[in-house]
Amino acid sequence: MVSKLPADSVGLVTQHKAIFEEPLSLDCGRTLPRYELVYETYGTLNRERTNAILVCHALSGSHHAAGYHSEHDRKPGWWETCIGPGKPLDTNRFFIVCANNLGGCHGSTGPATTNPDTGKPYGDDFPVVTVKDWVRSQARLADQLEIKQWAAVAGGSLGGMQAMQWAIDFPQRLRHAIVIAAAPKLSAQNIGFNEVARQAIMADPEFHGGRYYDHDVSPRRGLAVARMLGHITYLSDDAMRAKFGRDLRGKMSYDFDEVDFQVESYLRYQGQQFVQGFDANTYMLMTKALDYFDPAADYGDDLSTALAGIECGTLLISFSSDWRFAPERSVEILRALLDNEKPVSYLEVEATQGHDAFLMPIPRYIEAFSAYMGNVARECAP
Amino acid sequence: MNPATTMNPLRRELEIVAAWIQPGARVLDLGCGDGLLLDYLVHHKGVTAYGLEIDPAKVARCMERGVNVVHADLDKGIRDFRKDSFDHVILSQALQAVHYPDKLLEEVLRVGREGIITFPNIGYWRMRFQFMFHGCMPRGPALPFAWYNTPNIRLCTVRDFEHLCASLGIGIVERRLLDRAHHSHVIMNLAPNLFGEIALYRIQREVA
Repeated sequence: MVSKLPADSVGLVTQHKAIFEEPLSLDCGRTLPRYELVYETYGTLNRERTNAILVCHALSGSHHAAGYHSEHDRKPGWWETCIGPGKPLDTNRFFIVCANNLGGCHGSTGPATTNPDTGKPYGDDFPVVTVKDWVRSQARLADQLEIKQWAAVAGGSLGGMQAMQWAIDFPQRLRHAIVIAAAPKLSAQNIGFNEVARQAIMADPEFHGGRYYDHDVSPRRGLAVARMLGHITYLSDDAMRAKFGRDLRGKMSYDFDEVDFQVESYLRYQGQQFVQGFDANTYMLMTKALDYFDPAADYGDDLSTALAGIECGTLLISFSSDWRFAPERSVEILRALLDNEKPVSYLEVEATQGHDAFLMPIPRYIEAFSAYMGNVARECAP
Repeated sequence: MNPATTMNPLRRELEIVAAWIQPGARVLDLGCGDGLLLDYLVHHKGVTAYGLEIDPAKVARCMERGVNVVHADLDKGIRDFRKDSFDHVILSQALQAVHYPDKLLEEVLRVGREGIITFPNIGYWRMRFQFMFHGCMPRGPALPFAWYNTPNIRLCTVRDFEHLCASLGIGIVERRLLDRAHHSHVIMNLAPNLFGEIALYRIQREVA
C-alpha cells in the first residue's frame, strides 16, 4: 500500500472507454461488428492538439501505464519509470494516451466479452488479431480523440512493434516512433518459446478448448507455467544468478512437491500472481500477434522497402543483456532506416536486467529517452 | 533544435571543416561527440547528417539537439552504412583513438565520396622538443592526456599520415594546418610536419 503517492507520479488516474460501432475488418479475414477500447490519459492536451503521445503496451501490459487507481494500490502502472512529471514521457509537456489492446483482458473487447451473435463469451472464437489490426483500431481511437497526428507513438517490446507498424501504416499521423527493446520480426527461437507457452495453456484440463468461461473455471496452472517460461526469457542469465544463485529455501527435500531453490519459489510466485489478473485466451492471442508480426512480409520480405514510406523520426533503444530481442535485432531496424536516409537515433544501453530492462529506471536509458523527448516537446510546441 | 547555434561556439578547426561541406550534402560524422558540428551543419547548410558516438552521455546530448546519432564503436566498423551513401565522412580528432586507423580510412572512403580527417600532429616542434629535452611523452592542448590514460593510442605525424594515404591509394585533395591558437601561418606550409599542431585533410579515392 502506498500511503502517500510519489511526487513524480501522475497520481490517481481513472480509465475511460471508447465505443466503436463501425465494423472493423481484421487481417484474418473476419470482422468485428463493434468493439470497445478502455484507455487512460495523463497530462493535458494542448489547444492545437499537437502534444499527444500514444503509448502501446506489450504482451502482459494494459492501458494502466502510469499512476494509481487508488491509494491502496500496491503497484503503479507498468511504465511508471518513464511516464510522469519530469520523466521521459513528461506529463507536464505531453498528453499521454494508453489503450488496452483489442483481444486484451483489462476491459477492451476480447475473448471474455460477450459475442453479440451468441450471447456467450467469445472464448476461442475471438478472432486472432494482429499488430496491424491493433494499429487500425488505435487510429480510430485517435479519430475519436480528434488527434490528427501523434507527437510520438512509443512502446517497448511488442509495444515498440506497434510503434513501427504505425509509422508504416499511417506515416502522416505520427512525428516520431519510439521503438524500445523490439525486433523487426520474431526469430524461430522466439516463436518456439511462444508455442511452448500456448501448449502449456492448452494442456491444462481446465482450458476446455478456450471455452472455460462456460465451465466457470480457468486454466490457471497452464497460464502460470506459460508465465514462468516467459519470465525466464525476460531476465538475463546474469540477473538470475545475481538474484538467486543456487540459494535454497531450506534443506534439499529429495521430493518433487517441495520448493527447494529460491528461483523456483520466485517463478511459482510470479506465475500465481500473474494468473490472478490475466486471461489465458488473451495470452494466446498476444503471443500469436507477436509471432505474426513481420512488416517486411508485405514488402517482398525487405525491411528497407517496408520502411521506405515512413515520414517520422525514429528513436531505437536496445539493452545489452536482452536476449529475447537482442541489440542486433534493433540494429536490423536501424540499418533499414539508414538505407532510406530516414532520421533515426540509436542507443544500446549497458544493462544486466535482460529484456525487462525497458521497464527499469536505468540512468543511461532514462537520460537518453528524456533527451530525445525533450527535443520532441520543443518540436510539437505550438 | 537550437536556433541560437552560430559559428561562435565552433572551434576554428570545425569552422574549416564546415566550410568544406557542400550545402544539402549527405554527411556522416564519425566520433561526433555532443553533436555541435552536426547541429551547425544541419541548421546552416541543410545537410542530411548522422553522427556516430561511443559515449552514451554524448549520444544523449546529440539527441537533445535533435541530430541523428547512432551509438557505435568505430573499432567495430561502420558496416551498417552502404557503399557511397555519403558525400562527406568526417573523422574529427578520432583517427588517433581507434585501433585500426588504416582499416577505418578505407571504410571512410567506402561509404563516402570524400573523407575529412583531422588529427593532432605529433611531429609538431613543441612535441619533438618535449620528447627530446624532457624525455617525456609529449602533451599539449591538442593532446591533454598522460600516456597511461590517453584515448589517443595511434598518434602519427603529418608525414606518417601522408605515407599511409599513399600506400592505401588515397589521394589528398586539400591540407590545412593550425597552431594551438588555431591560426594558420605561411611557415606551416613550408614545414607542415614541424609547425602544424593540428592537421586537417580532405581525402578521396585515387582514380586508378
